[in-house]
Amino acid sequence: MSPENLRYTKEHEWVRVEGDRGTIGITDYAQKQLGDVVFLELPEKGRAVKAGENFGTVESVKAVSELFCPVSGEVIDSNAALVRAPEAINTDPYGQGWMIVVKLGDPGQIAGLMDAKAYEALVASEGK
Amino acid sequence: MEASALRKTPLNAVHRELGAKMVPFGGWDMPVEYSGLIAEHLAVRSAAGLFDVSHMGQFDVEGAGALAFLQRVTSNNVAKLVDGQAQYSALPMPNGAPVDDVIVSRKAADRYLLVVNAGNIEKDFRWLTAQAPAACSLRNRSDEFGLIALQGPKAAEILQPLTPLDLSVLGYYRHAECTVGEWPTTVSRTGYTGEDGFEILIAADRVEALWRKLLEEGREKGLVPAGLGARDTLRLEARMCLYGNDMDETTTLIEAGLGWIVSLDEQKGDFLGRRVLEAQKKGGPPRKLAGFEMTGRGIARHGYPVSVRGQEAGAVTSGTYAPFLQKNIGLCYLPAEHTAVGTEFDVDIRGRKVPARVVPTPFYKRAK
Repeated sequence: MSPENLRYTKEHEWVRVEGDRGTIGITDYAQKQLGDVVFLELPEKGRAVKAGENFGTVESVKAVSELFCPVSGEVIDSNAALVRAPEAINTDPYGQGWMIVVKLGDPGQIAGLMDAKAYEALVASEGK
Repeated sequence: MEASALRKTPLNAVHRELGAKMVPFGGWDMPVEYSGLIAEHLAVRSAAGLFDVSHMGQFDVEGAGALAFLQRVTSNNVAKLVDGQAQYSALPMPNGAPVDDVIVSRKAADRYLLVVNAGNIEKDFRWLTAQAPAACSLRNRSDEFGLIALQGPKAAEILQPLTPLDLSVLGYYRHAECTVGEWPTTVSRTGYTGEDGFEILIAADRVEALWRKLLEEGREKGLVPAGLGARDTLRLEARMCLYGNDMDETTTLIEAGLGWIVSLDEQKGDFLGRRVLEAQKKGGPPRKLAGFEMTGRGIARHGYPVSVRGQEAGAVTSGTYAPFLQKNIGLCYLPAEHTAVGTEFDVDIRGRKVPARVVPTPFYKRAK
């Protein structure tokens, strides 16, 4: 089940909002679709990102997948430990698998993202 | 392509029951992985894996003219085979490039089996038919058989209790007709993983029972079902070519590094493509398939451009993270003068030039 306290995109990223900070990763469904993750590329701290824009790349043995930012803002943290050991995306997608923290430029964007229930419905429709 | 338009092997339902992730491959609905690609890859290197390769094709070539026909349409010397022996070979065109790569097995002096790639079954059959086989019959029997590959250092230990055939005397690229479990099969000591192992050919309606029996027998010895994903990374570590990626109708066998299956023996005589292949084997080809390791951060993938000293030089034909070696490796065509081990070049990874270096191959070789 997708955690209730997160918001989701149709490209299978999640964001956890705490105050003016949004922590971003990919969902359990996304990591299962990818398979064993072996490579991750993330932006440096300080980079400006825009909602819907590519912010990095995740690769499994077989597939390359672009990462899309759910929200606009400035990258204030980037998970360097995850870049060194990206398999945590498979084992703990909502915990150690976090990718970046963004200082939200437009908190109003959060309302446009899916809640857990809507995301589950999307996954169910893709699985068909 | 819609899943319903894809062809299915007799094990399709078994893969789904095992929870496999299914993907289209060469027109077939095939398992890419079960428990996870890396785990399956490592299981084959340390214990054993079971692969459904029933999608591959089988042709019988039989009759007094079978040997002469095969000598003319394949690149290797079929006359060197004895009964119960197989060889890796190819079906060259006059330009020296292969229609397909194949295994030729001799069952008797006038009876041979060709094993061909799944995606090329119809193409190969049309090609062979067009080469006017004389005094022999050519039959496509692909739909009659299932084929299971049991691969890994524990393969013999797993298979031996199920067959009266003494596996310790079955040499590499040798085959024998024998029962496995209660079913008549042909067991070959062949594979596509760089490990010891067997490929077991069996009637299509019995392949499911054999699959279940092997998994049950092997489970406690570490046998796992393994998908096409692991098959691809295993074969690449062992530097085995994949038709359609590393070679096709535009690359000669010599360029692909397959000069060892191009026979210039007197006994072989003339064959399709001989003129080009002989000239390239003796004088060297203009480009060669080189094995490389990424020295910068990034994974090379099929089709990524490569450049040597800023000059566009070719493209990656296969590239992956190599689970056993824990490196990013690949194959690409480079101008022959830039293929020496140690040569530095760049792979264009989505617009970024990432350094790579030519390395000796195979990338992985098992301890004998």
